[in-house]
Amino acid sequence: MRGWLKRAHGLRVTLWTLIVPPSVWAVHFLFSYLWAAVSCAKIGRWARFPTVFAIGTVIALVVILLAGLIAWQQSRTPGDPPPHNEGTDIDRLRFLAFSTLLLSGLSFVAVLFTALPVLMLGDCR
Amino acid sequence: MRGEKFIAIMGLCWLLAGCNRHQSTLAPFGADAEAIRHLFIVMLVGAVGIAGFVAWLMRRAVRAPVGEMTHRKGMRLVLWLGGIVPTVVLLGLLAYSLPYMRPRPVAPADLRIAVDGEQFWWRVAYRAADGAPVLSANEIRIPVGRTVAFRLTAGDVVHSFWIPGLAGKMDMIPGRTNTLVVRADRSGRYRGQCAEFCGLSHALMALDVVAMEPAAFDAWLEGQRGPARGAVADVAGARLFAAQGCGGCHAVRGTAAASRIGPDLSRFGQRATLAAGILPMTTANVAGFIRHPQATKPGVRMPAFPQLSDAEAMAIARYLEGLK
Repeated sequence: MRGWLKRAHGLRVTLWTLIVPPSVWAVHFLFSYLWAAVSCAKIGRWARFPTVFAIGTVIALVVILLAGLIAWQQSRTPGDPPPHNEGTDIDRLRFLAFSTLLLSGLSFVAVLFTALPVLMLGDCR
Repeated sequence: MRGEKFIAIMGLCWLLAGCNRHQSTLAPFGADAEAIRHLFIVMLVGAVGIAGFVAWLMRRAVRAPVGEMTHRKGMRLVLWLGGIVPTVVLLGLLAYSLPYMRPRPVAPADLRIAVDGEQFWWRVAYRAADGAPVLSANEIRIPVGRTVAFRLTAGDVVHSFWIPGLAGKMDMIPGRTNTLVVRADRSGRYRGQCAEFCGLSHALMALDVVAMEPAAFDAWLEGQRGPARGAVADVAGARLFAAQGCGGCHAVRGTAAASRIGPDLSRFGQRATLAAGILPMTTANVAGFIRHPQATKPGVRMPAFPQLSDAEAMAIARYLEGLK
């Protein structure tokens, strides 16, 4: 685990890493609708426990968590205290890493908020 | 100051106009409306509490001297009050409210009532598990304590079916059937209203709702079958009804009038109101509506009959009121 975190620390957070959590959130949102539509059309009623949907949700949460973990490692780059708003490489990295961390938190909660109705409503009407 | 007080009191008086027991989500007679009211009160108390807390915090933050809080403490405050607490509260509210949205289960033997929205009235058909459907209009009767499934459709434009004291509203969409499953818990006479703008007389598209004890309901529904009682062919009103072509749109079971375009009039005399919950059922009102329906309901499809004399219109009205 420690070695793995070290590797994460070595990765450079870029704009591409930044968009991972919200993209996963968007894909999961689409997946919820698609799952409900296909499931209702094929089975005719709501599955008693939506296994496929639960697996998809867990995968989305894990990906967001990993992105958040990398960002957290990066944002802990040692250096001067905040605010980090200079035009330097290290400040840019800190900014991107912290933004990714915040977006990961938001996306994690958002995926949970999307999944809860699917798991609790259970109606095809 | 005195003027401000007067305005405040007048404002509260406006709010009081919403207090009633026959058409209000806050005066429920059905299980679903009761759940909605419960949820509303929980959300209202929660929202007022949060708003009060935020106002207090704002007041404190604005008045606090610069440097009262360290940067670290400030960031922690933002993390907790801006991130963690709202997330947990919202997650809790979502998990608490979602089970309320689960639809009521419906069994094949449960009573089904088909309600079709038309400009500007309601076509009603009771479909019990056995027997032919019973047609009616602008009045819905339901048994207390039993599950009832409304099958909602629309014949022309989008309407919305809303009996505030019974359950939430549901749209009626042309070409689509929506199902609303409800259960009434208290008997009485209530009122519903179209809740989606559907034309000139949208606001005048209401309906009477009668929740009855199960035994009384069964007897009533049984009594609705068969031809209209009181449809004696040789009275003046019946002859005028036929001669004016009323049967071209309306049905009176047991007579030649059998059209489905307008409301079914077979049990017209049993209803408490006229023109979809708008006027009290009096002979004069019925006669007036026949001659000038547009005066009561602008945009109504029924043509006017101004050529009828007062006496003739009253004769038809008396005939209709005798249909029970």
